[in-house]
Amino acid sequence: MFEIAAVAVVIAHVFAVIRALRGPTVFDRLLAGNTIGTAAILLLAVVGFLTGRPEFLDIGITYGLLNLIGTLAVLKFFRFGDLSHDAQEEGAEL
Amino acid sequence: MSSLAADIISWPLIVAGSALYVIGALGLLRMPDVFTRMHATSVSDTLGAGLLLAGMMVQAGFSLVSAKLAVVLLLLLYTGPVATHAIARAARYAGLEPQLHVDKEDGS
Repeated sequence: MFEIAAVAVVIAHVFAVIRALRGPTVFDRLLAGNTIGTAAILLLAVVGFLTGRPEFLDIGITYGLLNLIGTLAVLKFFRFGDLSHDAQEEGAEL
Repeated sequence: MSSLAADIISWPLIVAGSALYVIGALGLLRMPDVFTRMHATSVSDTLGAGLLLAGMMVQAGFSLVSAKLAVVLLLLLYTGPVATHAIARAARYAGLEPQLHVDKEDGS
């Protein structure tokens, strides 16, 4: 039963990697990276269940938080050119 | 491994979650532009992962593991839309136009 879930999540990983390699714009790659992060959390949970070790879920939760922060950081870098951009300085136009 | 009732309930949940997850990932691959791909991945992020985690919660019964699974579910339900929104906004800011019409050969 969990094998099906594990296979499905690995297939999702493969599709996301293909999209990351092929994605024309940087936002496709970011979206693929985000999907890989989510799929990684689920794969951790499923493998935790398969091997009977519940502590994998803690790793999954931490990874989920890091994934979000990573995506936002890359977005900010691509939008403002550098990460240290302070919106209050020039009056954020958006 | 656990009681038969839990197996019977969690089995369809997990199979449906897995199927939805693969469909969402397939949508990520097949959709024409960024914004429709976001639409596809949000399907697998919310419902696919939700069903999978629900199936695991049923399997884990009433324990700490279920609580952690619930936290993971809440985490996915909160961070998924935030990240997708940020990506969509950055794409729009970068001047990426959503592909509103598909100019097929027959000009429809």
